[in-house]
Amino acid sequence: MSFGNVLLSAEPAKFFLGPIGILSIVMWLPLVGGLILAFFIDKRKTDLIRQFTTAWMGLSFLVSLPLALMWKGDVAGLQFIESYAWIPSIGAKYQVGVDGMALSLVLLTTLFGPIVALCSWSYIEKRCKEYYVLLLVMQSFMVAVFSSVDLFMFYVVFEVMLVPMYLLIGIWGGERRLYAAIKFFLFTLVGSVMMLLAMVQFYFTAPGVAVNHQKEVRQAAQVIAGNNAEMLRLIEDGLETARLAAIPRDADVIGADEAPLGTFNIFSLQAIGSARGAGNTPLIPLSLQLWLFAGFAIALAIKVPMFPFHTWLPDAHVEAPTAGSAILAGILLKIGTYGFLRFNFPMFPDAAQDPRVVKIFGTLAIIGIIYGSMVALAQKDMKKVIAYSSVAHMGTLMLSMFAFNPNGINGAVLQMLSHGVTSGALFIMIGVLYERRHTREISEYGGVVERMPAFATLFAIATMASVGLPLLNGFVGEFVGLRGVFEANIGWAFLATTGIILGAAYMLWLYQRVFLGPVTAKNAGLEDLKPREWAYLLPLVALMIILGVYPKPLVKLINGSTETIVRQMRPGYFAPAETKGEKVAETSVPAPGVKK
Amino acid sequence: MLKAMILAPLVGAILLGTVGKRLGERLVGLIACLTVAVSAVCAYGAFYTKLLHAPVTGEGVRRVTETFGTWIQAGTFTADFGLTLDPLSGVMVLFITGVGLLIHIFATAYMHQDGGYARFFACMNLFMFAMLTLVLADNFLLMFVGWEGVGVCSYLLIGHYFTRDEAAAAAKKAFVYNRIGDFGVVLAVFLIFMKAGSINFAKVAEWAAAQPIETLGLAAVTAGGLTTIALLLFLGATGKSAQIPLFVWLPDAMAGPTPVSALIHAATMVTAGVYMLSRTSAIFVKSPTALVVVAIVGATTALIAATIAFGQNDIKKVLAYSTISQLGLMFMACGAGAFSAAMFHVTTHAFFKALLFLGAGSVIHGMHEEQDMRKMGGLKKYMPLTRLTMIAGWLAISGFPLLSGFFSKDEILWRTFGSSLLPVTLAKSLWFVGCATSFLTALYMTRMMVMTFEGDSRADHHEKAHTPHESPLMMTAPLFVLGFFAIVGGVLGIPEVLGGTNRFEHFLKPVLEVGGRGVEIAHVASNHSLELGLMGFSAFIALAGIGLGWVFFRKSPLWTAPPIVQAKYYIDEIYEAIVIRPLELVAREGLWKIFDLKIVDGLVNGAGWLTGVVGGLLRDMQSGFARGYAALIFVGALLVIGYFFFGI
Repeated sequence: MSFGNVLLSAEPAKFFLGPIGILSIVMWLPLVGGLILAFFIDKRKTDLIRQFTTAWMGLSFLVSLPLALMWKGDVAGLQFIESYAWIPSIGAKYQVGVDGMALSLVLLTTLFGPIVALCSWSYIEKRCKEYYVLLLVMQSFMVAVFSSVDLFMFYVVFEVMLVPMYLLIGIWGGERRLYAAIKFFLFTLVGSVMMLLAMVQFYFTAPGVAVNHQKEVRQAAQVIAGNNAEMLRLIEDGLETARLAAIPRDADVIGADEAPLGTFNIFSLQAIGSARGAGNTPLIPLSLQLWLFAGFAIALAIKVPMFPFHTWLPDAHVEAPTAGSAILAGILLKIGTYGFLRFNFPMFPDAAQDPRVVKIFGTLAIIGIIYGSMVALAQKDMKKVIAYSSVAHMGTLMLSMFAFNPNGINGAVLQMLSHGVTSGALFIMIGVLYERRHTREISEYGGVVERMPAFATLFAIATMASVGLPLLNGFVGEFVGLRGVFEANIGWAFLATTGIILGAAYMLWLYQRVFLGPVTAKNAGLEDLKPREWAYLLPLVALMIILGVYPKPLVKLINGSTETIVRQMRPGYFAPAETKGEKVAETSVPAPGVKK
Repeated sequence: MLKAMILAPLVGAILLGTVGKRLGERLVGLIACLTVAVSAVCAYGAFYTKLLHAPVTGEGVRRVTETFGTWIQAGTFTADFGLTLDPLSGVMVLFITGVGLLIHIFATAYMHQDGGYARFFACMNLFMFAMLTLVLADNFLLMFVGWEGVGVCSYLLIGHYFTRDEAAAAAKKAFVYNRIGDFGVVLAVFLIFMKAGSINFAKVAEWAAAQPIETLGLAAVTAGGLTTIALLLFLGATGKSAQIPLFVWLPDAMAGPTPVSALIHAATMVTAGVYMLSRTSAIFVKSPTALVVVAIVGATTALIAATIAFGQNDIKKVLAYSTISQLGLMFMACGAGAFSAAMFHVTTHAFFKALLFLGAGSVIHGMHEEQDMRKMGGLKKYMPLTRLTMIAGWLAISGFPLLSGFFSKDEILWRTFGSSLLPVTLAKSLWFVGCATSFLTALYMTRMMVMTFEGDSRADHHEKAHTPHESPLMMTAPLFVLGFFAIVGGVLGIPEVLGGTNRFEHFLKPVLEVGGRGVEIAHVASNHSLELGLMGFSAFIALAGIGLGWVFFRKSPLWTAPPIVQAKYYIDEIYEAIVIRPLELVAREGLWKIFDLKIVDGLVNGAGWLTGVVGGLLRDMQSGFARGYAALIFVGALLVIGYFFFGI
């Protein structure tokens, strides 16, 4: 592939302490902290519990930084790979690794750790110890979701993660917490079942393809791995497992009777799903692809959430404690969109690009943008405004993704990160107000800027970031993403861009009603930010500015992953323009994979 | 030098925004003015050395570029932090920094003892940064950064008195109406990148110059070519520059402090739309349809706003409508292809309108925060200096012969009359509308001056207790400087027919005529007697307006306009009734209450047995932590796996 211009074959970054790789350390360190907290710290020492958790989260964040520092920018695909046997009979393995896209989400998660711990200090009063144990456990699972290279492992973590979130809402939530928690659980559970079905079906279909089309699948594997030799070995290993699985049990081949039933390696499965036969035909028939796609898509669309699966979100947000909302908006929603890019697109590329599917998702995404924005206008609860704004933002994100071009998918990943930072920050800021007044009713506020000028400034920056102001983080992803959408479908871009008008309307209206106007008597006693609050708000606001002004390193980090996805889905996209009439504008530019 | 020009006010803004509150008024004012002064020095230095006295480069345009590097690079799309100073941005930075500095100085006295002194100047400095970014950007996206930046600063400054509800509402209104325009700009940028393969101004102009002229008609609008691009850009311009249909935010924006109105809502930000059209003139001249739309919208706005001005009694609102009207004339010139005439008027307007606003500010200051002209009158006795300078502004905007406004407005009228880019009858009709607007302008400006300064005081009793007073030197001195330019600013562009050289036009020509489709006035170019005749006519209507107004309004200063004019033709109410209310109603009653709460949640909640069954399971699990749940998944998985094993 074109990565070969510089490095024909390269080894990705890695770092081991004995048998344990750094990624595993980053992943499980919070869980270890949770165990320490659970077994060695007295539950009455609430101050110690808070300090310990925050410090431990901080430590986990620091431990994750070497991932970025040791990152090899010129190597494609997964780095920090670890692979161990887990359940040999079904071929499930403990396999972890991150590509640029996953790394950026892992770092976002580890950054959120200390922030959500710190913002809970005065919010959580009952069952303090259990709460912080769950935060730590949750943290491990979230990192694991983004780092899993094994589909089985992903699924287990994806499911298990529901439990701490369910408990966070159900125990420490607001008045209707049980309703919200069960609704959250129900929605996600229904989706998960669909995903499991599709997963198992694909698991049993893959070996047949792997054994009958070895050459094509190997080519597809090379597209995925690029110049990454270790990743290629990993994929080949998974493919070999799949081939063995396809051989009849009683065949006279050594090891056939002990071979696993198939492979769960995500990238091996991607290679099988995206491989093409003669005449560019898919190896897995479109009809089956569509079913598999649907199974994954329903589960993930609920997570995202896409219209009309979104109604669990406002309830969950409103009832969840501040940290729960922040984690939900900042990280959990991104698992849905991440899943589309990790599974749906590269595993079932023909289904994803089927005109009917594209039409459905495009329509739902656009409805989500306009609908979410308009309903946000009608809300009386601050958290609900942000919750519905998330529906709108996620609509833009999904639409960008379904442009199937580098700008669209790059923009989608950038939006994941920037929406994570911005909406997480907004929820945390609403928590700051809630702790002072114990209400989130917009009409209860007014003139807050007079009493809390510093806080009002930070909130204004977050508002502008959410609105998509240039030089703040929201703009880059949205602009690049919508540019991709424009390339794919001008009508879509036209409709989606109305979001920038509506977004300004509901966010500024919120700001006006809460912060501006005369100070009411109820708000006269509000105190401005305390040092602890500065400590967890400032990093988020700083990140909004940094990512807005200097997005280059981030774009560079995720670019490889997103281009690979486009390559898998549209083999001809980066081909010379003479053969691709629609890409005239790109003619003068070398294929982006080529390092200059 | 360009970097220093934009960074100086940014540094000031950051400094004042973070520690400003602890510095005290004097230091805050000093920092704010100094940073703008640094910008001004850089601007004038760069202009003098790099544009006036530098060899012309190969392309025929004097140009300096500087870059901070790449901002966004994603796939094939690239946007740089690149700055360019060429004659067009050169003219802009001169008056932005010059007028900006004067207004900053004025504001140090005007905002005295304001609770948000540091915040005010932080925002003003930030505005200067954004405005300079807007005009110095060498590509569409960086221009958009400035474009949005000035919008935010405008939002913050309109809402400066945030405890007043109307200021808070006006701020939001301004931002949202601007956003409607931004919608057009963003789509235009996408379309430009798709068609031209670049968003760099110079490259896009080259590309546009190579395109054929499109046909006149509706078909071109949706064709996705130059006409579509031009109209999308123009939508953005109608937002930022307050033109029909998006002009309603500007009068409300007067809720901000008066120096803000002078700087942002008269001299600089609102002219950004005209600047953008001039910057993309190569695109517009290729689209007869877009030119016709721009010219008609501009002329209509000019006329309507001028009539509404008669119904206003708030001195700042009169000036606001006058600004909208003058901007309309500038757009009319753009539509006629006379971009340099439009830019000339932008420049002279910056002087006399800033002057009039600051003068109004001085009056308001002297009247102890009274803005209603019905309660003024007879102020010439108390505020002679303010009056003297405002007379210069009044005569200039009215088009009094040989003052700055006379030359620039006459240039617009003449170029429109003889435009070769518009259909002949349309050009002549627009000229007539322009003349009518000029006449009305002279008339209502005279009304404002008479109501304010002439006759007897109409202040009620308790107000009479505070005698009006003349403003301090820090306020009157900037007025005199601006007054000087309002009088003589026209020398930049004295037309050839009067023995001048029209230096302004020749200076801008290389930038504005990239397409080679200049604004030559084909059919009347050599007709000097016609040009002189029309000039005489426009001088006559200016004098007639002034004279008529002087006689009439001295006699009846409290004349009231017809109710429909006073109600501003009910445009705000119409928007409210046909757009805003229905939108809110649909959002609240339709989408949320019915769709979300009834239909979707109804389906979820209504599945009672499912909820019951699963709810029961969940209840059991709540105590059992993960164990029970894991068991559930395991059983489910077994069932499914079993099915695939044996079922298929």
